[in-house]
Amino acid sequence: MSMTLVRRDGAGSLFSRFVAPRIEPAAIAAWLGRTAVSIAPLAIMLIILGGIWQIATDRPGATLPSPMKIWTDSRELILHPFYIRGGLDRGLGWHLLASLQRVAFGFSLSAIAGIALGLLVGTSPLAMRGLDPIFQVLRTVPPLAWLPLSLAGFREAQPSAIFVIFITAIWPVIINTAVGVRNVPQDYRNVAAVIRLRGFGYFARILLPAAAPFIFTGLRIGIGLSWLAIVAAEMLIGGVGIGFFIWDAWNSSNISDIVVALIYVGLVGFALDRMVALAGRLITRGTSA
Amino acid sequence: MTAFLEISKVSMRFGASAPPVLEDVTLNIGAGDYVSVIGHSGCGKSTLLNIVAGLLKASVGGVLLEGTEVDEPGPDRAVVFQNHSLLPWLTCRENVRLAVDQVFRKSKTRAERATWVDENLALVRMLHAADKLPGEVSGGMKQRIGIARALAMQPKVLLLDEPFGALDALTRAHLQDQVMEIHARLKTTVMMITHDVDEAVLLSDRIVMMTNGPRAAIGEILTVDLPRPRDRLGMARDAGWLAARAKVMEFLYARHRNPAEAA
Ligand SMILES: Nc1ncnc2c1ncn2[C@@H]1O[C@H](COP(=O)(O)OP(=O)(O)O)[C@@H](O)[C@H]1O
Ligand SMILES: [Mg+2]
Repeated sequence: MSMTLVRRDGAGSLFSRFVAPRIEPAAIAAWLGRTAVSIAPLAIMLIILGGIWQIATDRPGATLPSPMKIWTDSRELILHPFYIRGGLDRGLGWHLLASLQRVAFGFSLSAIAGIALGLLVGTSPLAMRGLDPIFQVLRTVPPLAWLPLSLAGFREAQPSAIFVIFITAIWPVIINTAVGVRNVPQDYRNVAAVIRLRGFGYFARILLPAAAPFIFTGLRIGIGLSWLAIVAAEMLIGGVGIGFFIWDAWNSSNISDIVVALIYVGLVGFALDRMVALAGRLITRGTSA
Repeated sequence: MTAFLEISKVSMRFGASAPPVLEDVTLNIGAGDYVSVIGHSGCGKSTLLNIVAGLLKASVGGVLLEGTEVDEPGPDRAVVFQNHSLLPWLTCRENVRLAVDQVFRKSKTRAERATWVDENLALVRMLHAADKLPGEVSGGMKQRIGIARALAMQPKVLLLDEPFGALDALTRAHLQDQVMEIHARLKTTVMMITHDVDEAVLLSDRIVMMTNGPRAAIGEILTVDLPRPRDRLGMARDAGWLAARAKVMEFLYARHRNPAEAA
């Protein structure tokens, strides 16, 4: 009996995957070619959209700035994200960092509390009956509606903003975690039953890993909502932060600055989403999307 | 006679209104026997196997293993599931190790358990891909890991639920040969579900033929008296093999045709 009948699969061995390949000029050319092919459609699209925008706004009396005008108005902002000119007059980088810090706090809290509550609701029918109706009602409250209550409770901007993030991001985490826990495939439960894995062992070795892809789906939705909420909340609470920056620019009629800030907000939001997705893939070893 | 594994007057009903899936199934399996259960799809083969495994509770009757009633799942009746059931977040080796660590937590040291895991991976010739995730290996390899995981529990009975059902013909033949070799070496008692006549005749000491459900029961039991080791090429021209094959075919396709096809 030999191994020759066994199909060899495409993936390299664990070892060969981590060994850097020899770099050859032909390979570099091929890589450049592939990159160009994958980036070209985006580049062309950006040029077309920028062109339309430029044509539509490049006339006297236009209410919104053209790309060229944004470049001349806000070059300082684009090129120097980390300047400090005293007070709140500082680079976009600082504002973004302040917002990210709030999101980091609020989101971490909602991840911890959300996963814990999701596990509880997913495993205990009693907790499910008691808590789920409350969750279903509270999750429909818009993020900003929590802000006045939060300000009344904390009497300070920073914890209020963090609370708004927390309360916004927690619902999808709870709900997805509970769904993941309730839907552990029968196959995995059978395996656990045959080897008599119960209690904490079952929780740690089967339940949590099986629910992990769902948990990360919840976390991904949660981080997206956090970022939506923080920009809005900061417009109201002031201080340093990208939301405040946008509001401040509006009050001083720096429409070009607003456009630059929006592009940054979008890019950071995209990066946050990708970071959580990447963490999910690493932790679940590719079993989460 | 007291059998090693005794399935005694088992009936199974899912829900009070539906007719029973199995009715009055009695089967004795001796130690070291290789017994196949064959029948058309949906007749209740998996249900019977799951009752022996303890994953389902029979509505009537019960199962005795070495005289002790089976009332919950356990590693003495290791199962190789129809769809491999490997945990996708663990590597192949970790899948086997999870079972070994759990079953031999008290009786083997850490080092002994690690050696035992690798011994069983070697038995199914999977050491070379042990550190891959199940998603990175072929269907045949996944099934071999499932077999290694089950064997590593040192079960009294090995329960195989259509273990080769989802595989292509070459891989299937290769795995059947491996299972025959392992059975010859370890003398494990095996109860295997299948719907493949050649597979049943090649591997089994006895073939249990089930009638169609609902109320499926054992229709006939055929003893396969072919010498071991059996070799699939030699068998193809063996008169005893052809006769056994013809009997099972006759049962399945003349007397108990698949109700879905007969309609
Ligand atoms: N958990 C269950 N609840 C209700 N009906 C079931 C359940 N499991 C199996 N059945 C029914 O029992 C019959 C036999 O199923 P199964 O044992 O899987 O058949 P086989 O393995 O022979 O193909 C089928 O008709 C199936 O619908
Ligand atoms: Mg089945």
